[in-house]
Amino acid sequence: MAPSLAGAAKGYRAFCSWDEDAVTMAVEAGRDCLRGADASAITSLVVASTTLPYADLQNSTIVAGALALPETLSTADATGSARCAISALIAMFDSAHEGAMLIASEKPHAKPASTQEMTYGAAAAAVTLGHDGVIARTLGHASVSAYFVDHFRASGEVHDYFWEERWIRDEGYAKIVPGVVKTALAKAGVGIADINHLVMASPIRGAAQPVAKSIGFSGKIADALDTECGYSGAAHGLLMLAQVLENVKAGERILVIGFGQGADALILEATGKVSEVPGRRGVSAALADRYPTEDYLRMLSFYGEIGLEWGMRGEKTGKAALTEAYRSSRQLASFQAGKCRACGTVQFPQLAYCVNDACKAPSSQFDQVSLVDAPAKILTYTADWLSYHPAPPLFVGFVQFDNGARLLMETVDAPSSAVDVGVPVRMVFRIKERDNIRGFNRYFWKATPINL
Amino acid sequence: MAKGIKDKVAVLGMGCSKFGERWDIGTEMLLAEAFDEALADAGIERKQIEAAWYGSCLDSVNVGNSAIPASVALRLDGIAVSRVENMCATGTEALRGAAYAVASGAVDIALAIGAEKLKDTGYGGLPPGYKGTLNDLWLPLGSAPAGFAQLASGYRTKHQISKEELKRALAHVSWKSHQNGVLSPKAHLRKEVSMETILNAPMIAEPLGLFDCCGVSDGAACAIVTTPEIARALGKKDMVTIKAIQLSISSGVESSSNSWDGSYVRNTRNAAKRAYEEAGITKPREQISLMEVHDCFSITELVTMEDLFVSEEGHAVRDVLDGFYDREGGGVPCQVDGGLKCFGHPIGASGLRMAYENYNQLLGRAGKRQLHNPSLGLSHNLGGVPYLGIAAISILGLH
Repeated sequence: MAPSLAGAAKGYRAFCSWDEDAVTMAVEAGRDCLRGADASAITSLVVASTTLPYADLQNSTIVAGALALPETLSTADATGSARCAISALIAMFDSAHEGAMLIASEKPHAKPASTQEMTYGAAAAAVTLGHDGVIARTLGHASVSAYFVDHFRASGEVHDYFWEERWIRDEGYAKIVPGVVKTALAKAGVGIADINHLVMASPIRGAAQPVAKSIGFSGKIADALDTECGYSGAAHGLLMLAQVLENVKAGERILVIGFGQGADALILEATGKVSEVPGRRGVSAALADRYPTEDYLRMLSFYGEIGLEWGMRGEKTGKAALTEAYRSSRQLASFQAGKCRACGTVQFPQLAYCVNDACKAPSSQFDQVSLVDAPAKILTYTADWLSYHPAPPLFVGFVQFDNGARLLMETVDAPSSAVDVGVPVRMVFRIKERDNIRGFNRYFWKATPINL
Repeated sequence: MAKGIKDKVAVLGMGCSKFGERWDIGTEMLLAEAFDEALADAGIERKQIEAAWYGSCLDSVNVGNSAIPASVALRLDGIAVSRVENMCATGTEALRGAAYAVASGAVDIALAIGAEKLKDTGYGGLPPGYKGTLNDLWLPLGSAPAGFAQLASGYRTKHQISKEELKRALAHVSWKSHQNGVLSPKAHLRKEVSMETILNAPMIAEPLGLFDCCGVSDGAACAIVTTPEIARALGKKDMVTIKAIQLSISSGVESSSNSWDGSYVRNTRNAAKRAYEEAGITKPREQISLMEVHDCFSITELVTMEDLFVSEEGHAVRDVLDGFYDREGGGVPCQVDGGLKCFGHPIGASGLRMAYENYNQLLGRAGKRQLHNPSLGLSHNLGGVPYLGIAAISILGLH
């Protein structure tokens, strides 16, 4: 490791397991955002990211399915720049409709031994927008466009290409940002002295300090989560904002800056109602729930940066039947079990007849029961070292839900000491299997121990 | 209820190829090896066979789909040949087809033959299977041992048995089969293995180590069946007849509802009850002379001892460690020919291989491993996984 990189080697950086991507993280953030809220009131969903798994297959539709959002939803992906999430947020404020939802999610790829490998993290954050009971309201915003290429990634490429940090800081941040901030402040009818928090995400550590100086800001600079998560690209601004909003006081104002081929500046004012939306895990709790590992090889393997031997079992490359994927999309995406009205048995998958030996009634009369947040425990398990699996061993076994449903599931994100009969688990949306030849992901739910 | 096929079908002849890593020959020659022996044993000519059932499980190896390749391989010109596939119960399924054809009076002489060429896959263990379009989208990955290893965690939780004690009983299951395999000339693995080696083998799917898993082999086995009357007319004096064949297949109760505790195999219990009724067996622990059960993994055999109602529920560990299932343990000898563990497990052949051992034991032809005066031999297959599978039982006896 270059001595100049060693200084960055402290704290934690969040990385995706093999079965996580911008879609699965978006689902996790979206679930937290909707906890205790009415998902059926969501009318539109935008997923913002520059690392979406599909170039042509609307990623937000997958997220909407897993979040069980209404079928009448309007969906869109926002992408193309590190500031796509802040730009989307501004656009959504302007359209000002009830039930809008924005999720920013990013799985940045860094080359081994690069600066980015030391600074990148993977994360997602979500907000819902509306008029009543909001925790922050918008005061004003401004945008500017500029062909300033601090970094880029060509279509189909995996890694970012960066220009010199000093140029980005001095010619980009210091010269492009002040103007747009000034316009936003004027539109909001406030001065820089009225702003309490500055949210400025950047892949360059400590980049917000000189920006604050250049705009005359003397309030609190939001934690960039350098040592807790790492820079999560398009998701990072929203992530930092979400953390600021956790503890913000009524009347405090937040300046959010998005940068990338120009800049966005957005001024928000907290309403003090954050305590009225309880039950969210939030950024702090998500960070505290980390599963620490020092397994560098696994990280490289999960990101495709090293080619390991997988054996002949890894060669099996069946394609998913897209016809079947559509037929079963509701059942699989939002993990719907059927509850038989005749006998009350809750069951997954839902086939033609009730599984209860004494019932066998047609499934046409089943009520739909989501297993996504249903309490469950491990009934049987094994650590499978024989099967192909990108993160061996494969923990597989029956998960028994308290409501009676049961199915064979994979258990993830746990050391073997945490997997045992009777262990309480929660459900997470993941890539069940990846078709490496065609690039198609089979998304489904997996179990993870609630307590490690 | 129907009376079943007890004593309506006689075994006219049987054959079994040498099991093992048969690098030198393909499926066609394996089939021929078993077929030639069965024809000679039956004392008939090929043209006397009126219908045939061919069992093989995997399309990725062997000779391909349908009955055509087997018909071509055995030159069964112009008769009805069916290919059957029911995972590890395939061999017994083939025998059932042939036996039912004879019992119904549709044909006089029928052939059941099963084969599998697992050593053409390029690696150890079984290739991953296809699951159907819906299951493919949600069922997790997992190997065969992982499916059966679930039983271990379910069994020990239900019966409050420590991991160590269960592991020791599992090791004894495999140790015993290796002892038997030594005396079995056609077996794949013919070597004694110490308890220590078994206990310390590398883990495959917890708690199953390498020696808890059966041999993955090439092989074929074959039966020619007819009516007892025709068998007698063909000069058979000591006659083995089919006392029962029963199958039970999951409906999803175990895997999709909470009525199964993970500690036993429901299908085996279902099939055993019906097979005992068909065969007129009321006290299996006393009446059955020997058993060839589906010991794909040691835990499977242990749990099967209870599911066949030979050990009381929760007592299989004690019976196993007491040697009740050993060849000379004074109980019910199990896997006398080495079982799947050591004779080998070419999937489509296994059910017929088990029947072959029972048949030879009943006729007193089992050489160094011959038991004293056996009268009833039970064979048991388990296809799929314990919670989503097929149990197949056939019982042969002296007529």
